[in-house]
Amino acid sequence: MASSLVDGNSILAVDVGAASTRAVMFDVVEGEYRFVASGIAPSTAEAPFKDVSEGVRNAIINLQEILGKSLLDGSRDLITPSQPNGSGVDGMVVTISAGPTIKAVLVGLLKDVSLESARRLTESTYARIVETIGLNDRRKPEQQIDSILRIQPDLIVITGGTDGGASRSIQKLLEPIGLASFILPAEKVPAVLFAGNEKITGEVKSLIGSFAPALHTSPNVRPSLETEDLEPAQSELARMVVNIRKRQIKGVDLLDLWSGGHLLPTAYATGRMVRFLAKVYSAEKGILSIDLGASAAVISAGFKNKFTLGVYPQFGLGENLAGLLNYTTLEDILRWSPLDISEGVLRDYLYQKALYPSTIAATKEDLALSQAVARQALYLAMQSARRDFPRTASRLKPTLTPLFEPILTGGGALSDASRPGQSLLMLLDSLQPVGVTTVILDQNNLLPLLGAAAAQNNILPVQVIESGAFLSVGTVIVPVVSASYGIPILRSTLTYENGSEARVDLKYGSLESLPLSSGETGNLEIQCLRGADVGFGPGRGGTISVTGGALGVVFDGRGRPLNLPADAVRRRELIKKWNWTLGGE
Amino acid sequence: MQAPVHHIVGYTSILRERLLPIPGTVLARLNQKVSPNDVIAEANWAREHVLLNVARTLGVSPNAADRLIKCKADDRLAASAEIAVGKGLFPRSVTAQREGRVVVVGGGQVLMEVGESKMELRAGISGTVIEIIPNRGAVIQTAGALVQGVWGNGRIDSGLLANLIEQPDGVLTAGRLDVSMRGFVILGGMVKDAEALKSAADLPVRGLILSSLYPSLIPQAREMRYPIIVIDGFGSLPMNSAAYKLLSTNVKREATVNAEARDRYSGACPEIIIPLPVSAVPPAPREVETFAPGLQVRMRRPPAMGLLGSIVAVKPGLTTLLSGLRAPAAEVKLENGETVIAPLINLEVVG
Repeated sequence: MASSLVDGNSILAVDVGAASTRAVMFDVVEGEYRFVASGIAPSTAEAPFKDVSEGVRNAIINLQEILGKSLLDGSRDLITPSQPNGSGVDGMVVTISAGPTIKAVLVGLLKDVSLESARRLTESTYARIVETIGLNDRRKPEQQIDSILRIQPDLIVITGGTDGGASRSIQKLLEPIGLASFILPAEKVPAVLFAGNEKITGEVKSLIGSFAPALHTSPNVRPSLETEDLEPAQSELARMVVNIRKRQIKGVDLLDLWSGGHLLPTAYATGRMVRFLAKVYSAEKGILSIDLGASAAVISAGFKNKFTLGVYPQFGLGENLAGLLNYTTLEDILRWSPLDISEGVLRDYLYQKALYPSTIAATKEDLALSQAVARQALYLAMQSARRDFPRTASRLKPTLTPLFEPILTGGGALSDASRPGQSLLMLLDSLQPVGVTTVILDQNNLLPLLGAAAAQNNILPVQVIESGAFLSVGTVIVPVVSASYGIPILRSTLTYENGSEARVDLKYGSLESLPLSSGETGNLEIQCLRGADVGFGPGRGGTISVTGGALGVVFDGRGRPLNLPADAVRRRELIKKWNWTLGGE
Repeated sequence: MQAPVHHIVGYTSILRERLLPIPGTVLARLNQKVSPNDVIAEANWAREHVLLNVARTLGVSPNAADRLIKCKADDRLAASAEIAVGKGLFPRSVTAQREGRVVVVGGGQVLMEVGESKMELRAGISGTVIEIIPNRGAVIQTAGALVQGVWGNGRIDSGLLANLIEQPDGVLTAGRLDVSMRGFVILGGMVKDAEALKSAADLPVRGLILSSLYPSLIPQAREMRYPIIVIDGFGSLPMNSAAYKLLSTNVKREATVNAEARDRYSGACPEIIIPLPVSAVPPAPREVETFAPGLQVRMRRPPAMGLLGSIVAVKPGLTTLLSGLRAPAAEVKLENGETVIAPLINLEVVG
């Protein structure tokens, strides 16, 4: 078993994704933690392997070859702690997003209060809400029982009642849960989380504990009508999800053992990191993290006094892809395509890709399709996530995306794009950020792994982030303004460290960029025209210090919200032009 | 790099686990020879439950109601059977609304399961029972041809195989399905309209084996009471040449069409099994391969999606694809003579 990470030097971090498994080595180099190398292998949660540990071992073997040292012994077991001959590792953490979508039933009192908290809690993990039972449910208890028996959920989340508040109503709702658990075969009994009125926790245990052995309790998500506190329940839910995965997928228990219990759902670990960063870099603006992968779209945001985490399996680019049409239209997806592609081709693509989630685009047309789908999926995920952003978040307009600094992005669709410009354009289109922000690409998907390690070693994440393990895409300036196409809306001068200058005149409807290499800094003087607002106030300019990145400083003058031309030919030409501006084809 | 294997095999050993979804009684015996329609296990399944609140109906406390309830768990009650009678000059009573079994009694309530029906599990394939799984089902072994598909509508049946397409890119239309096809498993190519599915149901046929299906027809295909298997994918894809050749050379043989839904985690996969006479038990097909020159592969994404080819060389390191993405790749000589570079992740080994 792995020893304590606090005393350890080297840390092996493994992420088991739906498509790929990554093994990453963090070690101390010149007195500071660094990301050293990563190995990758296809995930093996699915048949014919049905054992995630196989893919993990393959990824570690790949990492061994890069590092030139052994991490596994002759029996393919982890060598821990590090040996005098250089083999082995001092600690290990694991994150997992692989596995079928968890079917969840919500139980609560009021639709807009406890059930809304239950939804937010459940959407913080890889679950799909398949049934909701509330106080206003007109069905008979036996109909609720039959519904649960038909669905056979993996998870039931019960909320309701402020602390010391309603108890009888909750007890009434527990009856069908207990009876359904009693009827279901032992291997199908769902895990149950009670996160309601803490005063009746004992009664809940006595009412359904004997029927539902996997009953967990957490502090009330709604201690009072005005207060919502999801954090303790999210932590409990994360542990329950790991237990569900242990039941569903072979090898997860071995990884839990290897990591000494430091195994977390990937989304939860990412959220923990965002929360950590929001605390460390406490600022007026929020911190936003985006991960668009095969299993889900994960959006995590940290604000001054609030943290949100949304996991949206319905917007993942894997096996749920065919279901995307339940949330959008073919036309809305194709609006993002630079190529003239028919709706029939797109429909076939969605169904075919769902059959083979791990496949990648090998042709230009296929890439155009996959990136159009990724844009729409992320756009929809962001719309869902925005419902839970606090009203107090700093914004330029109430209807627009709040101000974020920075935006951290990862996941296959974004980190695998052939050029950083493609990734950035996908983000600008789907997230539609405003004001001034920095976009950082997590090419090696380190964020969740740092989140998993953070609880044990809070120096490691900070040092790894500051060591430049992430790719800075650039600083983005997005004015909010109402103007006609082609009208100048912003002038800017970038003064480099060597004193030279570069200027840009941004017109409404266009994208521009100024070069500023990674590691360089410069002073950017911004002059806003026609009432444009980048965060200094309408029509007001200012000078800011900017850091460089792969694309330097990017100015997005296309308006917020982004309205694409209705004419398809003109729209496709514009998208090609924007791609070209950001270094694409 | 390890490669997934898609089975299209002319003669192989096939082991299939056939299980009830709920515990029941296994009827099959070890070493028994079974035919596709033989029932190998059965279970009783109650579709609905009824919760009777005796305490409330009789106007007594839950504890008092428990003392008045005459039935206990597992009792079978006829419709109108008396469950509890109150006290007093004009006592009220609680009776079973429907025939059923008492699941649990307590807290002044009685939970019954009603609407019981019998669920039968058929063998699905011809073969020999080689293992009994207590209360759940059996493992059946057979030998013959095996063709896996990518999508199934959840049904299973078997019948003689008939071919209605002359080429792998043939289209099955309603007009091609006449009464002579009744009771056959039809090798049917692409289906582009609902009429063809409906005509097959009207005959009825014992199964449809399609190369591809328009996605818009999936809801109708799910409704059909006969099995439908899609071999290659969605849209207008011709049948891959290996599957077409194997199936079209086995016409008039008994074919089992198990159109079970694909489950990537359990490995469940829609498939066609054509049992063949056995002299010696052939080896089982390989489940995993390693990409290497000479292996026959199928393209799972463009370019040349659905075509078969053979690996000429596995490229070292990462290769830049036409899309600009970089990935481990192989040079593949397609059956049409063209050579393409394909990412390994987009290939599956056929065998």
